[in-house]
Amino acid sequence: MRTSIQESTMAASALTKAQSSERPDASDNLRLLHEMRKHKASFIGLVVLAACAVLAIAAPLVTPYDPLKQILRDALLDPSLSHPLGTDYLGRDILARIIYGGRYSLSIGFVAVAIGLAIGVPLGAISGFYSGWADMLIQRFIDILLSFPGFLLALSLVAVLGVGLENVILSVGISATPSFVRLVRASTLSVRQLTYIEAARALGQNDRVIILRHILPNTMAPVIVQATLSLGSAILLAAGLGFLGLGVQPPTPEWGSMLGEGRNYIFSNPNMATFPGIAIFITVLAFNLMGDGLRDALDPRLRKR
Amino acid sequence: MLKYIVQRLIAAVPTLLGVAIVVFLMLRMLPGDPARTIAGAQAGEADVEMIRHSLGLDQPVGTQFVTFITRLAHLDLGQSARSSQPVGQEVMARLPYTVELALVAIVLATAIGVIAGVIAATHHNSRVDYLVSAASLFGVSMPVYWLGLMLIVVFAINLQWFPAAGADQPLSFVLPSFTLASFVVGLIARMTRSSMLEVLRQDYVQTARSKGLHERVVLYVHALRNALLPVVTIVGLQFGTLLGGAVLTETVFGWPGIGQLLVDSIFARDYPVVQGITLTFSSLFILVNLAVDVLYAYVDPRIHYGS
Repeated sequence: MRTSIQESTMAASALTKAQSSERPDASDNLRLLHEMRKHKASFIGLVVLAACAVLAIAAPLVTPYDPLKQILRDALLDPSLSHPLGTDYLGRDILARIIYGGRYSLSIGFVAVAIGLAIGVPLGAISGFYSGWADMLIQRFIDILLSFPGFLLALSLVAVLGVGLENVILSVGISATPSFVRLVRASTLSVRQLTYIEAARALGQNDRVIILRHILPNTMAPVIVQATLSLGSAILLAAGLGFLGLGVQPPTPEWGSMLGEGRNYIFSNPNMATFPGIAIFITVLAFNLMGDGLRDALDPRLRKR
Repeated sequence: MLKYIVQRLIAAVPTLLGVAIVVFLMLRMLPGDPARTIAGAQAGEADVEMIRHSLGLDQPVGTQFVTFITRLAHLDLGQSARSSQPVGQEVMARLPYTVELALVAIVLATAIGVIAGVIAATHHNSRVDYLVSAASLFGVSMPVYWLGLMLIVVFAINLQWFPAAGADQPLSFVLPSFTLASFVVGLIARMTRSSMLEVLRQDYVQTARSKGLHERVVLYVHALRNALLPVVTIVGLQFGTLLGGAVLTETVFGWPGIGQLLVDSIFARDYPVVQGITLTFSSLFILVNLAVDVLYAYVDPRIHYGS
């Protein structure tokens, strides 16, 4: 009852805000235009990603070439009708390898972020809900993880775990964890004080139910945004490891390791490095567009920036 | 002020200790028998024993840790497995290259980012604004190493303006530092833009304008100074991203810094060097963020540290 009243007041105030911003004021119109553009951009991101996913899944139907089969007499061909992006140093069709490569790059991104969420969200909720030694412990642990800046955490983890698909996913997933812990902790801290949590407690609900039913759902908006943005950076991170030769190993057509192989032919045949890079760029850009759009849609406070 | 710096230095000690513990565990967490992994599959049992002994892996873990921390306190990071040189010496010989590259890149990125951000904010919702937003989005989405390779194709192979690799002449700096700067310039531009927009709405900017001050004075003396505070935070935090980016950039351009040494050492399973470089990177990052906190006081006179 109480929440429905709150919701309706909130809806009402949102409505007045919306109405007031509909004044035919020139700067407001521009802002509206800007909003629409931004949302159009996030829609484009979504379409691009859907296209990538469909291409990757339906790869055998899209391209007649085997991404692994070497035909040495066709090595390093320039782009042509039969090989739209040319061939690599082992005569493999670059377009086919990029399309199949989407399977690896996209699934590395999704599984890694899933790992980050699975570790980060519970840790963040516990850290925010129980201040005290648990919070202390978790935050110091996150501080330590964050002292291995950016790419270096994943790199150090791979140095220990070894190369290969599973280890890359695990390393990238652990690197994605700290941002989720911080985010969920911050939201939990702000939600924890609200009256409805007090009400839930007065009704005799235990901590687990309160966290799962009442706190986490209210922290999800920023987490969804962060997860979308993390997908992009996870793909970049995994591709970076592949580029160094410390990620998914050849002959697997992962985009980063293709770029790494292409680097050796950069003077004679730059195609081998150019196209996998464009594939990474477009995919990460699409995730970032979508994340920015979602942020605008889910967090009205940031809208005016 | 001094008291604050000392406090922050002391507060950094547990984090540094935590980092040291993680780095210590790195070697011990190698799957299977660490000595065997380091020696390689072909090595004989005697060699494996020798490595085990030279790394102290035959001691109890507690003893190993005490030795590790004691030696660390004397800045003794052990010996490289490949060259038998002290790790500290190897790292120190190549650290200046990485620091130089990172400094040039961060100065470049801050200069371009702040100017672009200010222009975007003063031309809010104009074409220039969209262009800056789009460019910074592109910058964040682009794999740096790919940008580096493309710069090599255009400027080193086709136009032959700059060398493709090495660090032996001033021109060698151009492509690597641009590549590395592209890593963070977009974020700095975005932050400056939104922070500037916030500040330009404040009353004191109105006051400055109504006093009849020149618009340039209003922007750069009154607004920008106040808008820079969050930008300084971002620059500090992005310094870490930059160090990670240095590993990739150095590999692309054959830059002789510790990033490339790190990658080479991972391939060669030279774990003492890997540990040494990981520690160096983390300490640098922690110290830079400490420096950024101190810098606040100069950028924002409202902040007083200590009592």
